[in-house]
Amino acid sequence: QEVYLEERLGELDLRSDSDVPYVPPPTDSTPEILKRALSGLSARWKNWWIRGILTLAMISGFFLIIYLGSFMLMLLVLSIQVKCYHEIITIGYRVYHSYDLPWFRSLSWYFLLCVNYFFYGETVADYFATFVQRREQLQFLIRYHRFISFALYLIGFCMFVLSLVKKHYRLQFYMFAWTHVTLLITVTQSHLVIQNLFEGMIWFLVPISSVICNDITAYIFGFFFGRTPLIKLSPKKTWEGFIGGFFSTVVFGFIFSYFLAQHQYFVCPEEYNSETNRFVTECEPSELFQMKKYSLPPLLQAVLGWEAVNMYPFQMHSIALSTFASLIGPFGGFFASGFKRAFKIKDFADTIPGHGGIMDRFDCQYLMATFVHVYITSFIRGPNPSKLLKQLLVLQPEQQLNVYRTLKSHLLEKGILRPSLRG
Amino acid sequence: NLQESESENKLDGETASDSESKSEFGGSAPVPTSDDTPEVLNRALSNLSSRWKNWWVRGILTLAMITFFFIIIYLGPMVLMTIVMCVQIKCFHEIITIGYNVYHSYDLPWFRTLSWYFLLCVNYFFYGETVTDYFFTLVQREEPLRILSKYHRFISFALYLTGFCMFVLSLVKKHYRLQFYMFGWTHVTLLIVVTQSHLIIHNLFEGMIWFIVPISCVICNDIMAYMFGFFFGRTPLIKLSPKKTWEGFIGGFFATVLFGLLLSYVMSGYRCFTCPVEFNNDTNSFTVDCEPSELFQLQEYNIPLVLQSVVGWKTVRMYPFQIHSIALSTFASLIGPFGGFFASGFKRAFKIKDFANTIPGHGGIMDRFDCQYLMATFVNVYIASFIRGPNPSKLIQQFLTLRPDQQLHIFNTLKAHLADKGLLAGLEDA
Repeated sequence: QEVYLEERLGELDLRSDSDVPYVPPPTDSTPEILKRALSGLSARWKNWWIRGILTLAMISGFFLIIYLGSFMLMLLVLSIQVKCYHEIITIGYRVYHSYDLPWFRSLSWYFLLCVNYFFYGETVADYFATFVQRREQLQFLIRYHRFISFALYLIGFCMFVLSLVKKHYRLQFYMFAWTHVTLLITVTQSHLVIQNLFEGMIWFLVPISSVICNDITAYIFGFFFGRTPLIKLSPKKTWEGFIGGFFSTVVFGFIFSYFLAQHQYFVCPEEYNSETNRFVTECEPSELFQMKKYSLPPLLQAVLGWEAVNMYPFQMHSIALSTFASLIGPFGGFFASGFKRAFKIKDFADTIPGHGGIMDRFDCQYLMATFVHVYITSFIRGPNPSKLLKQLLVLQPEQQLNVYRTLKSHLLEKGILRPSLRG
Repeated sequence: NLQESESENKLDGETASDSESKSEFGGSAPVPTSDDTPEVLNRALSNLSSRWKNWWVRGILTLAMITFFFIIIYLGPMVLMTIVMCVQIKCFHEIITIGYNVYHSYDLPWFRTLSWYFLLCVNYFFYGETVTDYFFTLVQREEPLRILSKYHRFISFALYLTGFCMFVLSLVKKHYRLQFYMFGWTHVTLLIVVTQSHLIIHNLFEGMIWFIVPISCVICNDIMAYMFGFFFGRTPLIKLSPKKTWEGFIGGFFATVLFGLLLSYVMSGYRCFTCPVEFNNDTNSFTVDCEPSELFQLQEYNIPLVLQSVVGWKTVRMYPFQIHSIALSTFASLIGPFGGFFASGFKRAFKIKDFANTIPGHGGIMDRFDCQYLMATFVNVYIASFIRGPNPSKLIQQFLTLRPDQQLHIFNTLKAHLADKGLLAGLEDA
């Protein structure tokens, strides 16, 4: 039977897509309550209602978590990441019939743990520098963080090599690669989402909402006006939906940022206050979130009749974010569609009734998180002060003294520091 | 890895039973490896039997590679960097070609172009970061370079995205699966090959000794383990590589540690090896000149009592770097071979004898470098964790770009920290 496995695998690789067997769909997990309530309607309307109800449920859940704060959001992102990872790995198992490979399930979860440990260790060290200073044990873990993470990863690597079994080499290498690519996609994205979150909740909310809005408005425009197909991969998408969705998302992003930018809760980075031992989101809002007067170009002046308008600078950035969400975000969706067709699956999983798996909801978000992060580091913020501080405190004493003297003379020169009185 | 190719010959029986090789490749033979041995060598060795001929070819090529290594070390950091770059490109090409052969996907639309494009993007990203760090003043001077470096991440991301969108647009109906496989294959290869080469360059910039000692230790372990295995080998080490033995493994370990100690001792005496490579703005060239750090200054160490009776000395003069070299050699001997086992498993999984046939008698470039995979990352992590701290001047540069209130906050925290430690006591306020 083992011989047949390898042989079948080899043939699997070479057959064209149409010959590949259809992977059986997961079971229907719609809750009983909904089923009974909707048993009267026809199948098509029933599907619509389920999707609608679940959409509202997800949006409410989203608002609830936002209310609970950044820390809960972080946990939510972490759980979503773990679930996405699980979904993709399970697909790999089904495709390769490799569920019984020795050790492989443990190894996949172990690698997930390692990579998360590495990324979250870096984040925690950076943002909670003051929190961490106090605790001695954490100090050690942070100083040698990279070394510890690398050692943990190496252990996993060596375990993989030792677990190679004669008739399953190819399968094992496939699953190894599958695991690593999945880690690359899910864990890095979730880590970047958390980093964006720490810049201020608005950097987390506006991008995600723009993608969701684009999804919904493109669908609505496509439903009412759709005529010209967009791409062969997703036959239901149309150019009318695409363009309509683009403009609606830009307008939505613009208005949504206007409302969010007024509240410190959304705009301020979360910081750890050492005196009160709590996480607070209070600060002096940066320039981005202070109203400014912009003079309209003459073209728009004639149209709108105003000479100047009061806007937050952040709203200009929101246009960039919405544009990306509408134009490039869908490519993430096409990628996922191609993936599902390639491996003959209808949905990633059946976690959310009517919608499919968590990955189905988040496929358009893939590239958004990276884009926002790159956007912030390139155009918005400079280097992170607490990271800088952490590095300063690690220097040798003489180096620290030298740096201290240089900084002092610089600050005095610029008048930021006033010369103190002796005594 | 000297043993690998030989073992493959002997184990044809074993590999064939894995599964019918015909069905794996749809009837065609596995990757053909033509005989690349230069005519000269062929004629000179035509008299000997084929087994000895193989030995001689390998031996001559080994010496040729080692000589080549010495020459490029002599030529300096810039040449070394270029060589690392070329090796990386060749390794990438070898692995991608294997992928094409495995999946018969050589004719996939756009895929060859896309693979090279992604290689270019990732290289651009990594080398851009390196250049910005090490050539800071040069970059600040030239206006186009300054803009490229300021928005470096954004530009790299945009380039990668273009490739991603091209991939999505190139998906063709009957080839979805193949295309996703090649996409995954390309990315994993990039992850392995490009990141490692980039870390090697980082190590190189710390000082050529951090480049030469690790690579030599891996090569030495290869050769020594083979020799000990040849003369004393009895107990097999791992089923993946039947020719490796515990005697070879342990003998190689001790020999490599000793070799590392000696090599470090010799190299630590020379500035050109121990000093970080720096770019001199005035002469517009690389200089390797500095005040040797503490690591490379002879120190007196007390020998533990156990060794004193054995060796007969009370103290010994050593470079601190030699202690670090023990760590490096240990890693090269104990964990490095796992990289080799990984590559052996990979070759068995895909039924190939060698990665390619670039070097006669030895196989492809990847065959030579498989044990080096993990070494470069280890050295880089080791340096970052135990050797160098952050660079003070770089920190000051970052400080100057912060907002005034952030600058004040950092300054005050630093001041409090120094006052705590009592370092500010003698300082006069300016």
